[in-house]
Amino acid sequence: MAARKSAWYARSLEVALVLAASILVWEVAVRIFQPKPFILPSPSSILAEFWHQPGYFLEQTLYTLATTMGGFVLALILGFVAAVGIVYSRFLERTLYTLLVALNSVPKVALAPLFVIWMGTGAEPKIAIALTIAIFATVIDTVLGLRSVEPELLNLAKAARASEWHVLTKIRLPSALPSMFAGMKLGISLALVGAIVGEFVAGNTGLGQVILQAQGMFQTPRMFVAIIILGVLGTVLFYAVDWLERWLLPWHISQRGAAITHGA
Amino acid sequence: MPAAPAPRADIADIEVRAAGKTFESERGDVQALVDIDLSIRRGEFVSIVGPSGCGKSTLLKCIAGLERLSSGSLEVRGKAVSESPDDMGIVFQRDLLVDWRTILDNVLLVSEFRRYDRAKARKRAVELLELFGLADYATRYPWELSGGMRQRASICRALVDDPAMLLMDEPFGALDAMTRDQLNIELQRMWLATGKTVLFITHGIAEAVFLSDRVAVMSRNPGRIIEIIDVDLPRPRALSVRETPAFTRYTAHLRDVFLSLGILKDE
Repeated sequence: MAARKSAWYARSLEVALVLAASILVWEVAVRIFQPKPFILPSPSSILAEFWHQPGYFLEQTLYTLATTMGGFVLALILGFVAAVGIVYSRFLERTLYTLLVALNSVPKVALAPLFVIWMGTGAEPKIAIALTIAIFATVIDTVLGLRSVEPELLNLAKAARASEWHVLTKIRLPSALPSMFAGMKLGISLALVGAIVGEFVAGNTGLGQVILQAQGMFQTPRMFVAIIILGVLGTVLFYAVDWLERWLLPWHISQRGAAITHGA
Repeated sequence: MPAAPAPRADIADIEVRAAGKTFESERGDVQALVDIDLSIRRGEFVSIVGPSGCGKSTLLKCIAGLERLSSGSLEVRGKAVSESPDDMGIVFQRDLLVDWRTILDNVLLVSEFRRYDRAKARKRAVELLELFGLADYATRYPWELSGGMRQRASICRALVDDPAMLLMDEPFGALDAMTRDQLNIELQRMWLATGKTVLFITHGIAEAVFLSDRVAVMSRNPGRIIEIIDVDLPRPRALSVRETPAFTRYTAHLRDVFLSLGILKDE
């Protein structure tokens, strides 16, 4: 445990050092070569831009976070319901699953303008696009997970005359969780992409709009602030799901090696 | 150790008559079981020994209500088997412990399926873990245990509702020889103490003779019972019984049966 923690600190320190060095090189390069600020601003001017009105950026970030989470949570719930339906119904498997796989090849970004016509310029179309992009990952990985149950385990349940409900809750669901989390990690990143696409297409709030408006006025430092916040946001969201997985599934296979050393 | 509870000759717990099982496949029908007659008395320990693919697991699955016979009849405790019988525990070759439950909770899984009283099941699970030397591992997870310990836990899981009948499908087939010997001893001890009806499937001749009151020999293509022998050795049997002339007479006889069937070849 202690060894794992110190390894984690060492790795974090390395990442921080490389990042700090890159920023330093960037700053020095900009000061020496002096490119036009709207082409490549210096890190210090980007920081100044953020410092100038942090409240504004916080507000835009929270809006993007809210639409992302809205789309993600909906993708999770609807995806789960759809996956259970697909696993238990031959009909849904033949129809819905086939359709979903086919629809997945449509570039979902192309649907954004349509959603704006249907739902206006508020948060709804953004949530809808985030949902549309994220749901494929959650459905497909949940279906895979629910199906990955050992057939012999189902025999054990059948021999004890287990109810369908018990088979679902005591065997299928726990077996599916690792795969569902894989889908969630993908889904949360995709939901953020969806939210930004939605903001590009319409509305006047959110980090996507910050980027678009800054572009119109050649406020490149402001664009960089929004892009960096998006990077941080995406990373934080991904690791939040990862942390949730470690917390909920300490038994999961990818953690096994660590668990054994821990136990010994 | 208590003396062997005498099997009750008058009551058959498991009665298989003229049973057949045919699997349909694209290359024609495969006869997995042909004309099987087997009667297992209450409290009796019966083994089926045979080569891979002889249908012994299929027969067990039929008795457990997991497969249906194609012909013949099958009664468990006087009732034709249409769904999995009550009062029957099953141990499979693989322990089938689930990763997300502790050993104690794994032992309780089947009793939850059967909606057995929770407090009673828990009390019994603790006793069983004690009996099989797993008391210290109750709160551990399966991946922290060795193969032998895992299989012991899966036996506890089958016994937690105190079923009168126990089906075991090559339960020690994946274990190393020493662990297997140890578990044979522990199984015998449990059986002597409880007098359960046991159907034990194996491809180990010595294991079958060591554990059983009777040993049924199966052949493959098609799967049929060739012979059933009585094993008349005093109980409890120690591992050293395997070097006695009486014991080796049984194993030699069974080996000769497999030689004559061409399943074993002495070249």
